[in-house]
Amino acid sequence: MARKAVMEKAVSTNLPFAYRHYDAGQLKEVLRKMYLIRRFEEGAEDCYMRGLIHGTMHLSIGQEASAMGICMPLAEDDQITSTHRGHGHCIAKGAEVGKMFAEFFGKTTGYCKGRGGSMHIADVAKGNLGANGIVAGGIPIAVGAALSAKRLKTGKVVVSFFGDGANNEGAFHEALNMASIWKLPVVFVCENNGYGMSTSTDRSTAVRNIADRAAAYAMPGIIVNGNIFSDVAEASHAAVERARAGEGPTLIESKTYRYRGHSKSDRNRYRTKEEIEDWMSNRDPIALFEAELKEFGIIDGEGIEAVREVVRQEIAEAIEFAKASPSPDIRDLQDYVYTELA
Amino acid sequence: MDAMLRELSYAQAIQEAMAIAMEADERVFLMGEDIGVYGGAFQVTGDLVERFGADRVMDTPISELGGAGVAVGAAMTGLRPIFEFQFSDFATLALEQIVNQAAKMRFMLGGEVSVPLVMRFPAGSGTGAAAQHSQSLEAWLGHVPGLKVIQPATPYDAKGMLLAAIADPDPVMIFEHKLLYKMKGPVPEGYYTVPIGKADIRREGRDLTVVATSIMVHKALEAAQALEAEGIDIEVVDLRTVRPMDKRTIIDSVKKTSRLLCVYEAVKTLGVGAEVSAMIAESEAFDFLDAPIVRLGGAETPIPYNPELEKATVPQVPDIVAAARDLVKGVR
Ligand SMILES: Cc1ncc(C[n+]2csc(CCOP(=O)(O)OP(=O)(O)O)c2C)c(N)n1
Ligand SMILES: [Mg+2]
Repeated sequence: MARKAVMEKAVSTNLPFAYRHYDAGQLKEVLRKMYLIRRFEEGAEDCYMRGLIHGTMHLSIGQEASAMGICMPLAEDDQITSTHRGHGHCIAKGAEVGKMFAEFFGKTTGYCKGRGGSMHIADVAKGNLGANGIVAGGIPIAVGAALSAKRLKTGKVVVSFFGDGANNEGAFHEALNMASIWKLPVVFVCENNGYGMSTSTDRSTAVRNIADRAAAYAMPGIIVNGNIFSDVAEASHAAVERARAGEGPTLIESKTYRYRGHSKSDRNRYRTKEEIEDWMSNRDPIALFEAELKEFGIIDGEGIEAVREVVRQEIAEAIEFAKASPSPDIRDLQDYVYTELA
Repeated sequence: MDAMLRELSYAQAIQEAMAIAMEADERVFLMGEDIGVYGGAFQVTGDLVERFGADRVMDTPISELGGAGVAVGAAMTGLRPIFEFQFSDFATLALEQIVNQAAKMRFMLGGEVSVPLVMRFPAGSGTGAAAQHSQSLEAWLGHVPGLKVIQPATPYDAKGMLLAAIADPDPVMIFEHKLLYKMKGPVPEGYYTVPIGKADIRREGRDLTVVATSIMVHKALEAAQALEAEGIDIEVVDLRTVRPMDKRTIIDSVKKTSRLLCVYEAVKTLGVGAEVSAMIAESEAFDFLDAPIVRLGGAETPIPYNPELEKATVPQVPDIVAAARDLVKGVR
């Protein structure tokens, strides 16, 4: 992994972590992926509105820096478990958007061969063990994957993404405790967007910060601004190194915000327009990242436009790929229920 | 205006039943995830929080096991909780409290307590929500003595059976098919109950008894309509209650028609239709059978996301038409 600082002027000043730690090419790639996540979700939303995608979906628009920052220090074969709001995690971990769209269109070329849809999006080859329809369902699974990593000595680290709402499920508490007593290489990442559906953390959760829960399981609890890529990457970097060194789990609370409703049935009755607009106009993770990249001379306006154009193309091609892909044959209904024996 | 002509959706009928019960009895209250300002994942509680306040329309954290346990404890000690699951699939997180505690408490304590608890489960497929949000798990709970398990199929029954459930001293589990929520039908105003444990003959016929549950009742009625043109006369029995099952109504129907087809959405094997079939095989109606009993149930697979696969997973009207026709014509 490249560690050379890109900014000569930076060395002396207090440059944020990411600008010390990643080179310009890597940082531009982060920007590209943050766009990719956003445009992917906007594209998915648009297809949904036009009736091309059925079911429901949970968009993470506004949370892109969190997904990217957490995944940045991960190696390709490190693993993650994700959530119902998992498109960003999937892309951040390296998925191809064409196969993701194909999944949303229910096609055999999709990551789950059309069986899973948005809520079960996964990319096992790239280490994404799957989104999850069950709140907190992925947390103990990540602990299990970390147990495998330790026993099989693969050196892998596992990240478990979950929301603030998940911290009140028993599975969260049981999983954190086991990860801690067995010192497993896992990083728990709570993406606290303020609400579990309509229920604010004030109303759902006894402690002020989800990270406060870490004390009960004798692990570090770190709070980061989830909309600042560099801050998230820094926290993730430390937690991943700690896990890889065999020192056990960390709980990171990444404070962020979702712009869209919880899902397609949300009337947004539990929060104000002003609150949403405030986040969108003052703390947008992509805008913040762009501003920093410009400030530190990594990219200019033209460069940004070029990245955007590349992403637009990629999304358009991905949707075309999905549309042109074949649907599963009804005769294959029974496929994948059990492992096919040779 | 004739009160009987008033139409409500299935969801509105449930909401009205809860409002009537809460109005009449201070002890009745609602618990669940996002049932307050959000109005419930399927807008069943709607604006009830405005009428009854957040203390009686209680949003819980996302804590199904704990929440179910709180409801059990409250029910044992003087309150009458109605607990809403966002999806019936999440019953799996709360099974400990439902199966080990709620169902057995009265028995284990030798009749010293009752658990007057109602749990509501939005169930079934057809919404593209895939494998973890589309299951039909009524047979799981139907297997547990101590629980009552119902599946109302119409707005009228949804209201009346819910009011019966609230009045019931024991735990009643209500499976509500999500595709029924928007269905409209006549619902009388005010208080009335529809008894738990009574099936309903939705359509009388001579040639074949179809025992159907929940949304399959409507599909069976459609199939019956289609077969009328072919001179095939089908009796449709709406099971309504999985436990305790109304054996008499089914036995009498089969004795009349001499043929039985069970139609249900849940996975066929070990489902409600298996119980109905076995019950008939053990009953005096067995001697009246002119054909083997047939079950049409869900495919032996989790519910897939792809819409065509999803449809193919559960019985559809043409499947019922074909199975009924074959049975009556003696094609096996
Ligand atoms: C066990 C379980 N309970 C309830 C739900 C319904 N549900 C889906 S997402 C969600 C809110 C989750 O909130 P949070 O964990 O904060 O994640 P966010 O949606 O904010 O990303 C709820 C209640 C579910 N899918 N699984
Ligand atoms: Mg949340």
